[in-house]
Amino acid sequence: MSILSDALEHHPETQPFWSALGEGRFLLKHCRACGRAHWYPRAICPFCTSADTEWREASGDGTIYSYSIMRKAKEPYAIAYVTLAEGPTMMTNIVDSDLEAIRIGGSVRIAIGKRDEDLLPLFRLA
Amino acid sequence: MSISGKAYIVGAYEHPTRKAPDKSLAQLHAEVALGALQDAGLGKDDVDGYFCGGDAPGTGPLSLVDYMNLKVRHADSTNIGGSSYILHVNHAAQAIAAGKCDIALVTLAGRPRSEGAQKGAPQRTDNPMQPDFPWEQPFGMTTLNAYAMCAMRHMHQFGTTPEQLAWVKVAASHHAQHNPNAVLRDVVTVEDVANSPIIADPLRRLDCCVISDGGGAVIVTRPEIARSLKRPLVKVRGAAEAIKHLSGGDVDLTYSAGATTAPLAFGEAGVTPADIKYVSLYDSFTITVIVQLEDLGFCKKGEGGRFVADGNLISGIGRLPFNTDGGGLCNNHPNHRGGMTKIIEAVRQLRGEAHPAVQVDGCDLALAHGTGGLLGTRHGSATLILERE
Repeated sequence: MSILSDALEHHPETQPFWSALGEGRFLLKHCRACGRAHWYPRAICPFCTSADTEWREASGDGTIYSYSIMRKAKEPYAIAYVTLAEGPTMMTNIVDSDLEAIRIGGSVRIAIGKRDEDLLPLFRLA
Repeated sequence: MSISGKAYIVGAYEHPTRKAPDKSLAQLHAEVALGALQDAGLGKDDVDGYFCGGDAPGTGPLSLVDYMNLKVRHADSTNIGGSSYILHVNHAAQAIAAGKCDIALVTLAGRPRSEGAQKGAPQRTDNPMQPDFPWEQPFGMTTLNAYAMCAMRHMHQFGTTPEQLAWVKVAASHHAQHNPNAVLRDVVTVEDVANSPIIADPLRRLDCCVISDGGGAVIVTRPEIARSLKRPLVKVRGAAEAIKHLSGGDVDLTYSAGATTAPLAFGEAGVTPADIKYVSLYDSFTITVIVQLEDLGFCKKGEGGRFVADGNLISGIGRLPFNTDGGGLCNNHPNHRGGMTKIIEAVRQLRGEAHPAVQVDGCDLALAHGTGGLLGTRHGSATLILERE
């Protein structure tokens, strides 16, 4: 099942993100005017409205802001908000990890991988 | 311009059905509209303003205004999810105060059970063109785990416990036992909630609201018309709405847009939380009630868990009776939208028409509040302060 690929045709604005992800690179949008990174990526900075935004490769490091393990599923899975080292907090899944070991404040590391058919910016416990 | 005292709720009706396989969606809207009009002592042709949310089939209000054969000179289909109808009363009051309509009808209806809504973790039916879609939907985000992450953070940051969450459900169940139409009428204990199956940590099955068909409607009108009718006078004293979201990545799941609406609505009404005798709070999940109580100022941020414990929300026992119809947790959650029933039970309380076992003595000031959309991503909050005159 692919939730993402059917949707992406509607989102040319963020096509570079998904292209880079396919090459193993995790990009963030930074604003050259105000210096802040934001999430999810936009053409216009949501903080200062400058259109002078650029893609930069992220460190891939983060900490768990919150999470939940969905038990009502064929395979339990962990959804989480991860606060990136660069500042913004993003929704993701914690994968390749002991789900019972997930804690708020825990360190995570980018683990680009597939969920169903979609290649996504996932994270694993560091 | 303040809307305080410019509009009254003169009709309120909750459909008794909780499963309606033999009725169409438009039919349910028409039935609740008629119920509210009859309650007010008005007829269809008296309506000149119509309000509906995203549950209305068709382009905004167009198909339903056609189906019900209304003639309106004002319409509004603002959709902020389940709290839309609380917002609609605010908008209706504004329109009435501005002379844009005299008698406003607000309807909600839905039949998710009859349409085969999946229990547990249904995939959301968000639009792939939503800018947030690629950044949330592929990760298996559902309504359940989006709210669960709020509960998890609240517990981490403030020490809120699963037992405290459970007290919200316990209070709702104490009220629902007196409501013959409620989906769940059995009184439950904190232990019952703790022993119910875990759905999405830390939320268990009994932390979640019911799924039901049905609907409701209210009628809002000018003071002169309200006084000409035979129903008790329920005045709109204050109202506010606000939207909260993920703020470009500055995520804080511990509060809702109620933190914005509360000072606005209380300010317009000229009252404080201490003056409120009864609250209707959108109880999509137990955590929703705790966050909203804090944001509305009934307790400090982080103290909602302790506030709801030990039956503090149970009518006749606690300091702040809430959702005396059993709320969405036990009574009714038509079309996954809890705002309308919150208004209706507040009106019943102010009229003295709640079930005698849960009627609040001397209930002259009530608050109805909702959070529509997802507390864990983006949502619209709406607050209504109503007074028995």
